[in-house]
Amino acid sequence: MGSKSIPCGPIPGSASGFKLEARGLSRVVSGKPLLQGIDLGIPRRETLAVIGPSGSGKSTLLRLLNRLDEPTAGTVFLDGTDYREIPPRELRRRVGMVMQSPHLFPGTVADNVGYGPRQRNAPLSESDIEALLERVGLAGYASREVSHLSGGEAQRVSLARTLANDPEVLLLDEPTSALDDEAERGIEALVRDITRGRSMTCVIVTHDLPQAARLADRVAILDAGRVKALGSPQEVIHGK
Amino acid sequence: MGNELTGGIGEGMTAVLLQAGGAALLCLAVMGICRKAAVRVGRETAVSLLRGFLQIALVGVLLVLVLHRGFAVGVLLLLAMAAAAAVTASRRAGGIPGAMRICFVAVAAGSGITITAMAFLGAVTAELATLVPVGSMVIASAMNSASQAAERFRAEVAAQAGLVEAALALGASPAAAVSAQTRNAVYASLIPRLDSLKSLGIVWIPGMMAGMIVSGANPVFAGIYQFIVMAMIYAASGITALFTAVLLRTRVFTPAEQLALRRP
Repeated sequence: MGSKSIPCGPIPGSASGFKLEARGLSRVVSGKPLLQGIDLGIPRRETLAVIGPSGSGKSTLLRLLNRLDEPTAGTVFLDGTDYREIPPRELRRRVGMVMQSPHLFPGTVADNVGYGPRQRNAPLSESDIEALLERVGLAGYASREVSHLSGGEAQRVSLARTLANDPEVLLLDEPTSALDDEAERGIEALVRDITRGRSMTCVIVTHDLPQAARLADRVAILDAGRVKALGSPQEVIHGK
Repeated sequence: MGNELTGGIGEGMTAVLLQAGGAALLCLAVMGICRKAAVRVGRETAVSLLRGFLQIALVGVLLVLVLHRGFAVGVLLLLAMAAAAAVTASRRAGGIPGAMRICFVAVAAGSGITITAMAFLGAVTAELATLVPVGSMVIASAMNSASQAAERFRAEVAAQAGLVEAALALGASPAAAVSAQTRNAVYASLIPRLDSLKSLGIVWIPGMMAGMIVSGANPVFAGIYQFIVMAMIYAASGITALFTAVLLRTRVFTPAEQLALRRP
């Protein structure tokens, strides 16, 4: 594998058919390159796993896709539109992100799940919230204080909170890294159900190769801020 | 004017200088005890004592010099005090760009609105002898409020960057994403002022009231006037804290609504 980034498919703008597409995406902080010229197209309904060692730029890539950070070069296209032309709040609603740590807001589970829709004056009904909680395996949890939740439950609430915005793309940043095996399997099954059930485009960052193989249609390996390999889990992980 | 400046030098000045020296010695003794307890405030205490003494003595001279000047001179003096207050308060904002200008606007707005309102009610006259001392008390309190609001806001946003970014990632506006931190900063900066109001006359009798009584004013009148001053200080502090937190809020995000504050 060379140090050159690997382009993914044709890059003809909106005609590319990619739901989300990074072109020459780079981020340099204090002279240190965190991500270097990433070209990556993610077709509609695909789940792409991004794996790589610590510091390889996985989380940086996800933060750039959600525009929580600004690229120092390159950009991202959502449905063929340069995401700098999309108002940040609309972009973040359409490209939802679940962070590594749930970062739940103080209050109840229902307060958290309804947060995103409340921001755009479209509050969810109690039954909507309950349906979302049921979807993530937390039926009956609406009135619970988030401070009383386990790590796995908190991560499920975080997922439900993002899904409440009805995103078109789901970004998951190591959602199971702080969980035990049982909770990890539960979240994995949930992610699989949601992405397939909702025909959602998904990018999941993980350091866990078997998890990438279980969840993803394709896998990208990042190293030192560049894409080192890209392909199906069999090709990339098993070298077939 | 010469008489006003030199008046009392021969009589009470030696005594008051000796008393000031005694008070400073007491502070130096506390400094020594702190040093033994590994609390390193020695240099800062010494510098602060010297600065405080020189500044307040110079202000005394300045007040005598401007006492009979026009109203505009008083306003200029208060603006200069507000600028100095902004420099001090902005140091608590931990490098947030434009903090000094924000603190100046906040302190000037808080103290300006309050002093003007009280002038309309007749509680503060346009005479320099009243305007400058009362104005300086209000500005000093506004400065403390700006310092506390700035420090608390910066610290909370930095410590809770994850929560703030989680809110942004869910489509919240920057204002909504830091609403809890803004609220906490304003409230925290008002706690000392609230406690002062609550304990007024019970835990402490402020210097102005004591001074008025010593000068022969009716104690009830002196007490009520002190309450007016305390209420002014609270109002100025509240306005200043609100301005500080709300204006700083605009500086911790990029135009693309990304959190720009460096994480600890």
